[in-house]
Amino acid sequence: MAMEMTAGTVQTQNMTGALPLAEDGVPIKMQAQKVNVHYGEKQALYGVDLDVRKNNVTALIGPSGCGKSTFLRCLNRMNDTIDICRVGGNILLDNEDIYDQRIDVVELRARVGMVFQKPNPFPKSIFENVAYGPRIHGLAQSKAELDEIVATSLQKAGLFEEVKDRLDEPGTGLSGGQQQRLCIARAIAVSPEVILMDEPCSALDPIATAKVEELIDELRENYTIVIVTHSMQQAARVSQRTAFFHLGYLVEEGKTNDIFTNPKDQRTQDYITGRFG
Amino acid sequence: MFWTYFLILIATFVLATFYGRSRALQVSNAQAVKLHSRPGYHGGFLAIVTVIPALLLLLAWVIVAPNILNNIVISESADYLSGLSKPEVEAFLRDARAIAFGGIVGFTDAGKEHAAELFASLSRTSNILIGVALAALVAAGFVFGSRAIVPSMRARHFVERSVMVALIVCSAVAIFTTVGIVLSLIFESLRFFQQVPVLDFVFGTHWSPQSAFIGAGAEQTGTNPEVFGAIPLLVGTMLITFIAIMVAAPIGLLSAIYLSDYATKTVRSVAKPVLEILAGIPTVVYGFFAALVVAPFIRGWGESIGLSVSSESALAAGVVMGIMIIPFVSSLSDDVINAVPQSLRDGSAGLGATKSETIRRVVLPAALPGIVSALILAISRAIGETMIVVMAAGLAANMTINPLEAVTTVTVQIVTLLVGDQEFDSAKTLAAFALGLLLFCITLALNVFALRVVKKYREQYD
Ligand SMILES: Nc1ncnc2c1ncn2[C@@H]1O[C@H](COP(=O)(O)OP(=O)(O)OP(=O)(O)O)[C@@H](O)[C@H]1O
Ligand SMILES: [Mg+2]
Repeated sequence: MAMEMTAGTVQTQNMTGALPLAEDGVPIKMQAQKVNVHYGEKQALYGVDLDVRKNNVTALIGPSGCGKSTFLRCLNRMNDTIDICRVGGNILLDNEDIYDQRIDVVELRARVGMVFQKPNPFPKSIFENVAYGPRIHGLAQSKAELDEIVATSLQKAGLFEEVKDRLDEPGTGLSGGQQQRLCIARAIAVSPEVILMDEPCSALDPIATAKVEELIDELRENYTIVIVTHSMQQAARVSQRTAFFHLGYLVEEGKTNDIFTNPKDQRTQDYITGRFG
Repeated sequence: MFWTYFLILIATFVLATFYGRSRALQVSNAQAVKLHSRPGYHGGFLAIVTVIPALLLLLAWVIVAPNILNNIVISESADYLSGLSKPEVEAFLRDARAIAFGGIVGFTDAGKEHAAELFASLSRTSNILIGVALAALVAAGFVFGSRAIVPSMRARHFVERSVMVALIVCSAVAIFTTVGIVLSLIFESLRFFQQVPVLDFVFGTHWSPQSAFIGAGAEQTGTNPEVFGAIPLLVGTMLITFIAIMVAAPIGLLSAIYLSDYATKTVRSVAKPVLEILAGIPTVVYGFFAALVVAPFIRGWGESIGLSVSSESALAAGVVMGIMIIPFVSSLSDDVINAVPQSLRDGSAGLGATKSETIRRVVLPAALPGIVSALILAISRAIGETMIVVMAAGLAANMTINPLEAVTTVTVQIVTLLVGDQEFDSAKTLAAFALGLLLFCITLALNVFALRVVKKYREQYD
């Protein structure tokens, strides 16, 4: 497995020493400090502090409209595409503020990839979908290298066997679950360090969901993952850490096990036992 | 008289609706049975059976009655009309009608006075007859309709079917009108092609219908088919259209991209309507803009760098026509670009693509079929445009692809062929129909092609 690691991951490996450590000794990949987000006049997030541990899956849960997607989109500055959105506070990636003037958004998004709620393959061939990122970042020097990247990305996304004979067919022709795994392959192809997933299984049937969950668990080995989910079971199955959001506040964050068995906050308790949301 | 009857029928319709409604309620109350259809449908049913047959009769009458009257008058006035030619008979009838019903009378004589009296009395009779017939129909329909109103009557089905029939009739009118126009184009063109062989027309390279006649005036002996070659016109049309697209495609497309993906809401809310105003400017205004501003400017510019530019040039017309179709291209492209789902843009941005990379590599390829069809619609619009070309490109049927020379187009020649006094069946006039048919075929082909592209595009996201 170590042989397959791409340049980006190797680089972070080298930098691991520089990362701050959480109280349990796990390096912290991303750090949100007092993050406030406004949409126009309306405030969507209030002083959120959250550490994202390296090679962990962090699940964000909470009732609809509580700001999970908003927070996730802060982590790779997707909120920049929304005119009225203002972000305050600091978000660090490898100890660097990603909202700093010197940070290039393009580079940031190559390091922090994103998978969306609805599978959104481009209306191009399966191959071109995966090759898109490497092409725009100039990651491959030759066609052979590009082929290699596409193949490994599809393999890691567990899709290669299903599509290897029809890489020229449109990505939009795949099933929903396959499309979502294609989108994951597409994100992996640029060798990100962190992958953000916003309800990646909400448009999928249980079998496709199981596959994606399995995949997420495998990806944890090489990537740091943050996932938004509405399914308590899913959070419990795939994540090591869970953060509970409520009305724009981060109420509680901790080991997934602790959050589900022994929540400290009454609101968390109410939410996971299904009393509201 | 028609309008009086018509209004009475409409009023009857409204009254019958109300009556049918209340009668249905009354019947269902009296029998204590639930109505199959809601009372409103019973009203509609009664109104339809009462009024629609009468309305149809009235329409038929207003169409055929004048002819019948004419025929009767002609046969009664046979004494006065013997030896008159067809146009003279028509003039006679026109004057007689004018005397009888008011209007401008050419000159009058005993025959016309007689015919006029006949007209007046005949039309009185016919008005009364039709009035009686209408009343009878209404009464019959009403009696039948009211009897038919029972709770179990399926009035809703009847009304729904009547609505459908009305819709079919309207679409049929639209379709038959189109078919009629096309058929008349085809028939007149066929007459033209009897004088000028099709191949000479479609592939001929010389166009000067002014010199079409062999021999002059009364000694005119035939038509010279060699002067009806449409190729110069087609070349002129294509040249100008090409220039127009060269102007409109980049400007329209890029402004559409700006409006849909870069502009802020405020800019968009101002710029879009302004662009659309461009589409509302009458083409004749563009025409004199082209002739008075652009053409002299191009000539001055050409001369300053030592080119000879004629005062009317394809370039001037093409550029202005391009400006005219910018709103087409931009607003249609804007629609298709906006139809590309935001999720695709997000997906691309999420992979670290810049805005322009996203547009070039994801949005435009996805929107391409729509953009192509927008361009094709713009082209077919440019091909059909006349005013600008008349004013700015000239009338000379030069066969050239030099944009600095005067050229002419199919539409302009149609206009020049039909302006002024023309005999309706001379080859010159008929040539206009042939040109019209040619133009129709070209734009039809383009539109069909564009629609097919659009259809293919639609299938992509559903
Ligand atoms: N583009 C936007 N413009 C204005 N307000 C927004 C926008 N996006 C989100 N909001 C607001 O921010 C708040 C948080 O929204 P967000 O999408 O982050 O919620 P969420 O937790 O992801 O909900 P869900 O579980 O339904 O996806 C909501 O009140 C929402 O109305
Ligand atoms: Mg959300």
